[in-house]
Amino acid sequence: MKAAAFAYARASSVVNALELLEAHGDKAKVLSGGQSLMPAMNLRLISPELIVDIGEIAELRGIAVTGNVVRIGALTRHVDLLKSPEIAAHAPLLTEAVAHVAHPAIRNRGTIGGSLAHADPASELPACMVALNATFIVHGRAGERRVTAGSFFKGIYETDLSAQELLTAVELPAAPKNSVHFFHEFARRHGDFAIAGLAAQAIVEKDIFTDLRLVFFAVGDRPVLAKAATRLLNAAITPAVLRAASTALGEELDPQDDQQASASMRRHLAKVLLARGASALLGRPDLNVGGLA
Amino acid sequence: MTAPMPISLEVNGERVEAQVLPRLNLADFLREQLQLTGTHVGCEHGVCGACTVRVNGEIVRACLMLAVQTHGASVQTIEGLSDSGEVADLQAAFRDRNALQCGFCTPGMLMAAQEMLVQQAEPERDQIREHLSGNYCRCTGYQAIIDAVEATARGRRTA
Repeated sequence: MKAAAFAYARASSVVNALELLEAHGDKAKVLSGGQSLMPAMNLRLISPELIVDIGEIAELRGIAVTGNVVRIGALTRHVDLLKSPEIAAHAPLLTEAVAHVAHPAIRNRGTIGGSLAHADPASELPACMVALNATFIVHGRAGERRVTAGSFFKGIYETDLSAQELLTAVELPAAPKNSVHFFHEFARRHGDFAIAGLAAQAIVEKDIFTDLRLVFFAVGDRPVLAKAATRLLNAAITPAVLRAASTALGEELDPQDDQQASASMRRHLAKVLLARGASALLGRPDLNVGGLA
Repeated sequence: MTAPMPISLEVNGERVEAQVLPRLNLADFLREQLQLTGTHVGCEHGVCGACTVRVNGEIVRACLMLAVQTHGASVQTIEGLSDSGEVADLQAAFRDRNALQCGFCTPGMLMAAQEMLVQQAEPERDQIREHLSGNYCRCTGYQAIIDAVEATARGRRTA
C-alpha cells in the first residue's frame, strides 16, 4: 500500500525540529532513516499529519570518543556503526550486533536514534544499549535531559520520549580492557527480527564474573536485564550453578505468543542463549552441554 | 503543506527538476514520473528488495524513502547501471546460468549483488547469500543467482 497524505517539513536544526514538534505534538512524527516509520506508514498502521524530517541535521551525525565516553549521534546509520573502528575498539558488542540488523540496503538508511526511539522489543540495538549501560541524550523545549537506557524503554514501541522531544545522541562507557561480550539471536532468516536474542557484556577475572549484564530481547515488551545474572556473579560457575540461574531466568521471563513462536519456545531459547553466553564469555565449552536448558 | 514540493536531483547522471507530493515514495516517483520502470514495486514495506536503487552511491529501498528526501541527491537505477555497462558481465552471468525466470526480482538482485562485488572481490557463497538475504525471488532461483554472482566475481578477478 501507499502512505496516506501528510505534510512534510525538513528541519534545519535541532531547535527547528523542536519548534515543529512543539507546534504539532503527537500529530507529527519524526523521520530519521525511515526504515521502521515508512513501512508502518505504507501499511497504514500510522498516518501522521506532519513528517518532521531530521535527516539533514548534520550535528546529529557521527561517532566521537572522548576519554572513556563514546558518543554516537542519533542520525548515525547502522552501516556507520558496522564500519566504525572506534565502535569496534570501544563497543565491540555493537559491531557484532549491527550485522544482525536487517539487510545492507536497510542498514544504509536506518539510524541508531530511529531504532531506539521506535523501541521494537525484538530489535537488537535497544538490548545492546541496556547491556552497555548507555545514557540517552534527549532534547526538549526545556533543554537537555539524560535518561539511562534501562529506564528509557517502557513497552512495545513505548519509550520515555514525549511527543515534543527528540533523542539526539547516546553515550556509552568505553568497554574496559578486561571486558568481554556475547551476542546471539535466533531468527528464521538472517536479518529477520529475532525470535529470542541475548546481548551480554561482562568482566571476567580468573574465570569468575565480577560484572555481568545479560539483556534478553524479543522475550518481553522491552529489553530484559536478567536478574538471574546475579546468581553467576563472584562464584565458580559449575553446571549446577548455571542450571539454577537457568531456572531463575525461566521464572523471571514473561514472553508472548505470536505467529513466530510460542511463549514456552521463547523461554526455552532464552535458556539456551544463557548457557551459550556464559560458556562463551568464560571460554568454557564444557558449560554449553545438552540438558542445561 | 500537503501540496507538491519542488525537488532537484540527479538521476542516472541527468539533472531532474520535479514537483512531488510528500507522500510519494522514490520507487513510484521513478516509475510514474520518470518512466524508469526497471525499479520494481513488490511489497512496499521494505521486505522484498525489488525496488533497490542507489542513492549517493549506496543501495537503499526506494519504497522506504520519500521522493522529497532525494532533493540534492544522486540516484542511480538499474537503467543507469545497465546503460553504462557497469553490470554487463553480471547480467550475462544471470542469463548464462538461467538465474532469472519471471525477472521481477532481477533488477533488485543486480543492484544488491553489484554493491557487494564492488566492496568485495572474493566473496564466499555464504557472504553472497547473506548480502542478498534481503532480496526475495519467488521463482525460487536462489542457487542459480548465487552461482551467477560467484561466476561474475571470478570473472572480474581474472579480467
